[in-house]
Amino acid sequence: MELSQQLLQQLINGISLGSIYALIALGYTMIYGIIKLINFAHGDIYMVGAYVGFFAITQAQVSILPALLISMVVTGLLGMLVEKLAYKPLRHAPRISILITAIGVSFFLEYASMYFVSPTPRTFPEVIDNVAFHVGDLVINGQQLLILGITVVLMAILTYIVQKTKLGKAMRAASFDTETAQLMGVNADQVISFTFVIGSSLAAVAGVLVGVYYNSIDPLMGIMPGLKAFVAAVLGGIGILPGAVVGGLVLGVIEALVSGFISSTFRDAAAFAILILVLLFKPSGLFGKNTNEKV
Amino acid sequence: MNLLRRNDLIMLAFGIVVFAVLQGLMEEGIIGSFWKLNLMLIGINIIMSVSLNLINGYTGQFSLGHAGFMAVGAYVGVVLTTNFHVPFLGALLAGGAAAGFLGFLIGLPTLRLRGDYLAIATLGLGEIIRIVIMNIEYVGGAAGFRNIPHYTNFAWVFFIMLFTLFFIKNFVNSSHGRACIAIRENEIAAEAMGVNTTKYKIMAFTIGAAFAGIAGGLFAHNYYIISPASFTFMQSFIFLIMVVLGGLGSITGGIAGAFFVTFISAALANWPEYRMIIFALLLILLMFYRPQGLFGYVEITNMGIFRKILKRGGTA
Amino acid sequence: MNFSKKSMRLAGALLGTMLLGGVFAGCGGGGNEAKSDEIKIGANFEMTGNVANYGNATLEGLKLAIKETNDAGGINGKKIKLIEVDNKSEASESVNAATKLISDDKVKLIVGPAVTANVIAESQVATDSKVPVLAPDATSPAVTVENGQVKDFIFRSCFIDPQQGDVMAKFAVDNLKAKTAVIYIDNSSDYSKSLGQVFKEKFEAAGGTVVMQEAFLQKDQDFKAALTKIKTANADVIFIPAYYEEVGKIVKQARELGITQPLLGTDGWDDFKVADIAGADALNNTFFSTHYSDKDESVKAFIDAYNKEYKHAPNVFAALGYDAGKLLVDAIKRAGGDDPVKIKDALEATKDLQVGTGIITMDKNHNPIKQAVILENKGGDRVMVAKIMPEAE
Repeated sequence: MELSQQLLQQLINGISLGSIYALIALGYTMIYGIIKLINFAHGDIYMVGAYVGFFAITQAQVSILPALLISMVVTGLLGMLVEKLAYKPLRHAPRISILITAIGVSFFLEYASMYFVSPTPRTFPEVIDNVAFHVGDLVINGQQLLILGITVVLMAILTYIVQKTKLGKAMRAASFDTETAQLMGVNADQVISFTFVIGSSLAAVAGVLVGVYYNSIDPLMGIMPGLKAFVAAVLGGIGILPGAVVGGLVLGVIEALVSGFISSTFRDAAAFAILILVLLFKPSGLFGKNTNEKV
Repeated sequence: MNLLRRNDLIMLAFGIVVFAVLQGLMEEGIIGSFWKLNLMLIGINIIMSVSLNLINGYTGQFSLGHAGFMAVGAYVGVVLTTNFHVPFLGALLAGGAAAGFLGFLIGLPTLRLRGDYLAIATLGLGEIIRIVIMNIEYVGGAAGFRNIPHYTNFAWVFFIMLFTLFFIKNFVNSSHGRACIAIRENEIAAEAMGVNTTKYKIMAFTIGAAFAGIAGGLFAHNYYIISPASFTFMQSFIFLIMVVLGGLGSITGGIAGAFFVTFISAALANWPEYRMIIFALLLILLMFYRPQGLFGYVEITNMGIFRKILKRGGTA
Repeated sequence: MNFSKKSMRLAGALLGTMLLGGVFAGCGGGGNEAKSDEIKIGANFEMTGNVANYGNATLEGLKLAIKETNDAGGINGKKIKLIEVDNKSEASESVNAATKLISDDKVKLIVGPAVTANVIAESQVATDSKVPVLAPDATSPAVTVENGQVKDFIFRSCFIDPQQGDVMAKFAVDNLKAKTAVIYIDNSSDYSKSLGQVFKEKFEAAGGTVVMQEAFLQKDQDFKAALTKIKTANADVIFIPAYYEEVGKIVKQARELGITQPLLGTDGWDDFKVADIAGADALNNTFFSTHYSDKDESVKAFIDAYNKEYKHAPNVFAALGYDAGKLLVDAIKRAGGDDPVKIKDALEATKDLQVGTGIITMDKNHNPIKQAVILENKGGDRVMVAKIMPEAE
């Protein structure tokens, strides 16, 4: 393979990996946007989504679309429940306490699932035909295109909801200033709950698609992608939807290029190094606006 | 000022009594090897949580890379003792100095970041340190560094821990410490009042990292083998949990947090499948009832009971 | 200080309870008198953390062997009591776990952990207290021999890396007529690294060339970037000494990228999950060395018993855990009691013992002399292509 061909193939690899990060990062960034919480449990919500989809397909014998829907509903409700039970009582506590609670929720989801479904990885049945397209020496696979497509469509829908609908306006208001929004008649609790439902069901979509794509799920599968998705969200400017997608894709491409041309073992280090460099020059991420802090 | 010094002396005496009692119990075999090992781990974790508290609790800089500095101290220490036969104390200090120096280098650019951005940057730096170590064959790579001499004992841990506590307590109560606290309360206001915020942030970061390095050296010489897997970002989370659980900005809190987390983990050793579930639930419940941590911003020396004891001691 | 008295009291009470609890727990350990009708064996395994699935599988096999012995009346009327401790997949926690087993539970022998680094971590503690360790699946030579010195109290019940790497390198050169090879290792595992090294030495000694070395990390999901690079090397074979979780994904993604060469592996491949993840078609033209063939008549008894107990087929870790159980039962029988030093001597003298997956004899380096087989994945089935009996060193 020629170098240029190899480069193109690595770009394809990177974009397909990045679109998974982007999908998880969308939910991450929405939740951060509204309550300024790094929801460390988000990666584990994604894992639960994958398992719900898995059991829907293998136990309830449904096909992929209903499985996706079931997973979105169940995981969305789980997200809401987590918010109501674990985060809401702490809304006026120091932010770091909620963060610790989020870590606690994350541990709980990981090890409770390990207890119930065992640490052994499960294999997803092949529910989406995997067609490979060959262009010269390049290989693109149908599932990769599907994941990228779904990510972009979901981003567009979300952006529409946030920017154009009444609910979106309420979300933006609550995010800007929860108390003032409440004075203006916005039911902040409801808006926050709704954000968790959307964010978590997005994670469920990612979980199921990853299950199908990589064919294997396990209770700790959410840790690394969760962290990477957070990095992607910060890279793009946390709280900004297109930023999350661009951040995810950039991160995926960097990882593929480093693995392909330098060494896989430095992949994660390079990803973090780029993040730090970007932050040093643009402290609020690629798409973030610099805000002046008031005294 | 006088009261402070007297308090210091009383606490020192108290510390020595605690040490003597624990050491005696160990000699007598009343505290078995397993709990002895865990007491040492508690001591090491206290150094970690109190030094992280200086950065997170007192200076208000959200750092999530403490395990990385611990790794630097651990690896520098074991290379010196194992390959160059440097005495233990020298290796510990060198490990601390290396970690502190790295903290200084890293702090210089990154401490300009704020809040969650600083958190993710420090988390990333901790991971970079770990990945770099993993790729150095000289220190065993991912498989770990083996055949480390067993130098750490309870006395080493206890007295270095005591030194750390006094050092950080005195630092916090000094004018430097006041400057750090001012930065936590309001960075812009502190700057307006003439506090060189960059200098103090880096100072706190460097000192915190240095103590983490020393703790790393103690840790490494206790377990015969160290591997990069012991210093992941998950471990940094655990140290953060200790700090927040005990109380941000309280040394007593740092001690309590380290004690609580290590103790729970050891006590649940017989129920491996439930251990982490119970730990997670305890964590969430504690945050519900004590969002400011067990001790909040309060020190044990400021509590009513302790004052009373002091007074009685003073008049007798 | 505007701090309510109530909350202060709460904090004080909590701290007090913790301290008291510590003292009691500390005392409790000392008072644990061994009942005379049981023999205590410790199991130090990865039950949580990154490699929990390997630790748990080994433990399941071990438990089955012990259950069989106890159901048959135990050893000279004494039942074996297995005490399980989790090492969280971390070396330092493995030391903690071993210390607990030895000092609190007073076990006479420790089985585990699964992973090399965690066994090495506990070996000093065990040696100091003269309690033998039996490692069921740690294949690195350094587990039993370090700096040319055999560790008195450390044993294993599986074959070692040099044997496997050697077998696969010779197979690549002799049977597959390979001239060039790529080695793709798991950089976070000692097992994988040391096998990669042995394979390189033996393959080059036999006249081949290793044209590229690539690495990945445990729990990676996406291998396409490195595989794209490997594809460009166009080597005759690709050697992937790794564990089944990653192997399944690697094989799947390699075939998706159009890598058609034979893929070679080691006993870490020996799990049906590989076929589930990769798919039978992708798995064609792959070969791996392992401890036994599940078609072998002598292994059938174990596989049936395991299926009955756990309702799923055993993987290689479970089989090795079972072997370790059989080995330790035999040693305790011959030791004629539960004195750890006598058990150690008996382990050393193990000879021609039939375990679940074959016949083993302990060599002077505390490594069993044990057969290896090479299996080929073919049309969704596994076919044995070679059976190799090593010569004693």
